[in-house]
Amino acid sequence: MHEMSIAEGVLQLIEDAAEREGFKAVKTIWVEIGRLSGVEAEALAFCFDAVTRGSIAEGATFEIVPVPGRGLCHECGEETELEAVYDACSHCGAVPVEVIGGTEMRVKELEVD
Amino acid sequence: MCTTCGCGEGETRIEGEDPHGHEHEHVHADGTRHVHSHSHDGGDSHDHAHGHAHAHGHAYTPAHSHAPGMAKSRMVQIEQDILAKNNAYARQNRENFAKRGVFALNLVSSPGSGKTTLLVKTIETLAGRKPVAVIEGDQQTSNDAERIRATGAKAVQINTGKGCHLDAHMVGHALEKLPLADDSLLMIENVGNLVCPAAFDLGEAHKVVILSVTEGEDKPLKYPDMFAAAQLMLLNKCDLLPYLSFDVDAAIACARRVNPAIEVIRTSATSGEGMAEWLAWIEKGAAAARG
Repeated sequence: MHEMSIAEGVLQLIEDAAEREGFKAVKTIWVEIGRLSGVEAEALAFCFDAVTRGSIAEGATFEIVPVPGRGLCHECGEETELEAVYDACSHCGAVPVEVIGGTEMRVKELEVD
Repeated sequence: MCTTCGCGEGETRIEGEDPHGHEHEHVHADGTRHVHSHSHDGGDSHDHAHGHAHAHGHAYTPAHSHAPGMAKSRMVQIEQDILAKNNAYARQNRENFAKRGVFALNLVSSPGSGKTTLLVKTIETLAGRKPVAVIEGDQQTSNDAERIRATGAKAVQINTGKGCHLDAHMVGHALEKLPLADDSLLMIENVGNLVCPAAFDLGEAHKVVILSVTEGEDKPLKYPDMFAAAQLMLLNKCDLLPYLSFDVDAAIACARRVNPAIEVIRTSATSGEGMAEWLAWIEKGAAAARG
């Protein structure tokens, strides 16, 4: 359940931003979660609700922006979509494929009052 | 949780720290320093007293005032990595290690892979050759740290409470209790968990994943993130292979499918198999850490 720590990290970034930007409430938060980040989006949304109780982000809508896993095949030189880090190239079937995207976990944007 | 630095996570306990109160200073990656003291009033109620000394000035946006009913939503761009804070603490730990030539390893595996036994054997074999210190991570008990201390090595236990992994901030605190010798080896035994510790950099030189032959060969495919993050896989409890149907080649193939560059050493703390190779791997890394 490291989603709980990740949710605490998200709240931390929100509180830092609130201090910087001087807002008092958060209505919506957009978070990019890569397919290969090792985080379960549903579990993260659940944890976010739990850790934000009594905080500036209580009741905020948690919007997950999924980012697909992307790999580069060194066999055929093509980019390929990855569901898991060990997936074969969808073009030529080669393994391994170098992961070039989809591992990110980022807070993108907030809608605030 | 301390909302200023994120420390505490409610239930983390570091051996040797007064559970009812502690004070510490943080130096953040941006040079900000703050000192704060905690007082824990038993059970669930926490009373935090913070004193902050900032080494630089912040530019605060003036507070906005809105007439009732006139409040307008606005968008704030953040574009920040959620693990940025952990990564900043990890960088700090890494710099501390580099300054003193400490070679730090983060040992990860599922519970019961034989990490602690292997660690004890490793320390015993290294005795007189290299100073070793250990940080032990478990949800509860200091049993593992006690097993390590019985070898004569210094060890500090971190109990994560409900937490499923160590983070760089906890390790930073544990290091305050664990004096490291120059050019020494630091082994951080993470919480037994093949999922969560993969995401948290502790400042180590390498993650070493331990897979025991009493587990499934396909574990690297089931828990790919950990095997992708590791530099070395120790295939442990190899003395039991004659009694099992475990396919060593299949296990290595699974690990290399996830991480083509992963190195593999077959080990057994019981028979001593692979210990020389494992120690040589440590020596090589330690020499690189000394620069």
